[in-house]
Amino acid sequence: MRQIAIYGKGGIGKSTTTQNLVAGLAEAGHKCMIVGCDPKADSTRLILNRKAQNTVMDLARERGTVEDLQIEEVLLTGYRGIRCAESGGPEPGVGCAGRGVITAINFLEENGAYQTDTDFVFYDVLGDVVCGGFAMPIREGKAKEIYIVTSGEMMAMYAANNISRGVLKYAQSGGVRLGGLICNSRKTDKEFELISELASKLGTQMIHFVPRDNEVQRAELRRKTVIEYSPEHAQAEEYRVLAKKIADNTNFVIPTPITMDELEKLLMDFGIMESEEVLA
Amino acid sequence: MSRAIEDTKKMIDEVLEVYPEKTKKVRAKHIAPNDPSGQCASCQVKSNVKSRPGVMTVRGCAFAGAKGVVWGPVKDQITISHGPIGCGQYSWWARRNYYNGQTGIDTFGTMHITTDFQEKDIVYGGDKHLDAALVELKELFPLAKGIGILSECPVGLIGDDIEAVAKKKVKEFGMPIVPVRCEGFRGVSQSLGHHIANDTIRDHILGKGKLETSTPYDVALIGDYNIGGDAWASRKMLEEMGLRVIAQWTGDASVNEMGIAHKSKLNLIHCYRSMNYICRHMEETYGTPWLEFNFFGPTKIYESIRKIAAQFDDTIKVKAEAMIEKYKPKMDAVIEKYRPRLEGRTVMLYVGGLRPRHTIGAYEDLGMEVVASGYEFGHNDDYKRTYEVMKEGALIIDDATEYELEEFTHRMKPDLVGAGIKEKYTYHKMGVPFRQMHSWDYSGPYHGFDGFGVFARDMDATVNSPTWDLIRRKK
Repeated sequence: MRQIAIYGKGGIGKSTTTQNLVAGLAEAGHKCMIVGCDPKADSTRLILNRKAQNTVMDLARERGTVEDLQIEEVLLTGYRGIRCAESGGPEPGVGCAGRGVITAINFLEENGAYQTDTDFVFYDVLGDVVCGGFAMPIREGKAKEIYIVTSGEMMAMYAANNISRGVLKYAQSGGVRLGGLICNSRKTDKEFELISELASKLGTQMIHFVPRDNEVQRAELRRKTVIEYSPEHAQAEEYRVLAKKIADNTNFVIPTPITMDELEKLLMDFGIMESEEVLA
Repeated sequence: MSRAIEDTKKMIDEVLEVYPEKTKKVRAKHIAPNDPSGQCASCQVKSNVKSRPGVMTVRGCAFAGAKGVVWGPVKDQITISHGPIGCGQYSWWARRNYYNGQTGIDTFGTMHITTDFQEKDIVYGGDKHLDAALVELKELFPLAKGIGILSECPVGLIGDDIEAVAKKKVKEFGMPIVPVRCEGFRGVSQSLGHHIANDTIRDHILGKGKLETSTPYDVALIGDYNIGGDAWASRKMLEEMGLRVIAQWTGDASVNEMGIAHKSKLNLIHCYRSMNYICRHMEETYGTPWLEFNFFGPTKIYESIRKIAAQFDDTIKVKAEAMIEKYKPKMDAVIEKYRPRLEGRTVMLYVGGLRPRHTIGAYEDLGMEVVASGYEFGHNDDYKRTYEVMKEGALIIDDATEYELEEFTHRMKPDLVGAGIKEKYTYHKMGVPFRQMHSWDYSGPYHGFDGFGVFARDMDATVNSPTWDLIRRKK
């Protein structure tokens, strides 16, 4: 069983990318599970073809404690047998979503959600690594592989670098490794080259460049992955390629995060950000 | 440097010798021989800073200071320990703050009320839970005059907006609901908790109470927590000397009393450490003067009574003298009975608040000498007030570790040690006479004329108990 965590800046397309690539893995015959680690609970809707599933924390809140839940209530099966769980959590601005992730994953573990015949477990994790709770999926004994979804936009790259720092911390204490950057294209200038360069600076690879295509949105509106909605579409093939690359990946590294200055220099070298001297 | 100072300095150096270099350097600043003259610059101890990691400190936290000390004793307010159950459970009426009233009807001092946070409260926030708890409490206890929300650590970590909940309920209930952000991780000791609690009194209660009439003899008794009935003993005396005590903070206090102290003619402060903030505020804002006093032991009591009386007209002065005359024979009788049994005995104190300096006079009245004293959470101003009342070369120690306490005890061989519950059993095992001086070892009162007899009896019973020899002989 390979446990994989997907991180990246908020809104970069982690959930969409994860579900599409997992659909690709399932199509290729792998047994997969997705654990959504985001209070928004939108990590499984394309697989389950429904709005949102019952989350571990929401049910625990209703019942009183997490001990009152049955695993079947929160672990559902969707497209091609992909099993789905969502941690759930509070609306923005209250409580502690990080604690929710910890509680939910502990519950799933204790109640046998991780079956031995599962090939891949994917954790789709909210935004940046904001606190210990969101690092839960990469702590001891869980995800050993991490992919960071990014794009050629500066803040997405900044987040990717920042996440690498979190990975570095856990790489030193545990066995977690970075498997690569997934570029979810925003059609910014020289995006392919830029992310390839960032990946090499971080000591890793750009495992795949996912082009931008409106088919993704059309499929999403119907609560489906592209692979399920339009299996013949070129975009579906992109996700199949990504899935295969991840399944075959052997390039796992301890990342080498760069400084903010180095990141800015990278952007300047690619002529995206003008240097202050030029502006002056 | 005098001989006494040098000897103590040498002993301190020896005790610190076992520490690693850095710890030694840091701890050396917190322990010094006493120099009442103020000539010796290195004799000023450093205080109110973070404890050294790796050594055991007996300090508490901000929650302990705000809930356990200041707000907890207010009797007709319901004090909620807001968060998981432990903080409330282990601070449950630990200081024996006596009060009059019908518990569960119009007073709530001995009740343990907590929102008992569960996992879901952490994840989803506890504000709704708190709101529901407030509604429930209002229904269950309609005679409550206020509710205090004392915040435990997790509430601060998850950022619950308890102020907003409180504000909403103030309007609905028409009574003060006081949010107190006294999360235990704030500050270096319980001392910040006192300050935070003082600030909430200022912001939510002070100035809002009703006082029907005023007299020129109105005083407020501040910083007396009525441990074992202390405040009652003190109040009785103030009344006998012709003063009217309009408020008693916070031992046996009502919410209304908390709201009117600024109307007194003079605020009399006993525990300076925990309540000087609000006294300063009342002085600056309402012009209410304040005066420190000491009601431990006849010498200090007479001195304090005269100091207080001097602030008022002759009618008070006359009554004060009459009162001293009336009680002096009783005090002399106590001294006559116990002094021969305690004369020349030495005492080591390590406590908090006002005790490390205020009780010294009472021991001296019994012929005892306080050879070492220290504060858990004192500040510079506490130590300044201490240097002058102790002998040259006495040991002054700030935020002591268990090792230091034990080691100094072995070297100084005091006949009595007065400290807290955490030290008590260590000393029992060492066979050293020990009094738990935080809440008078389940005894009291120790304040005033009533208290001195109890104090003397307890010290004699402890120092002269045959038990200690039996323990020591076993070794």
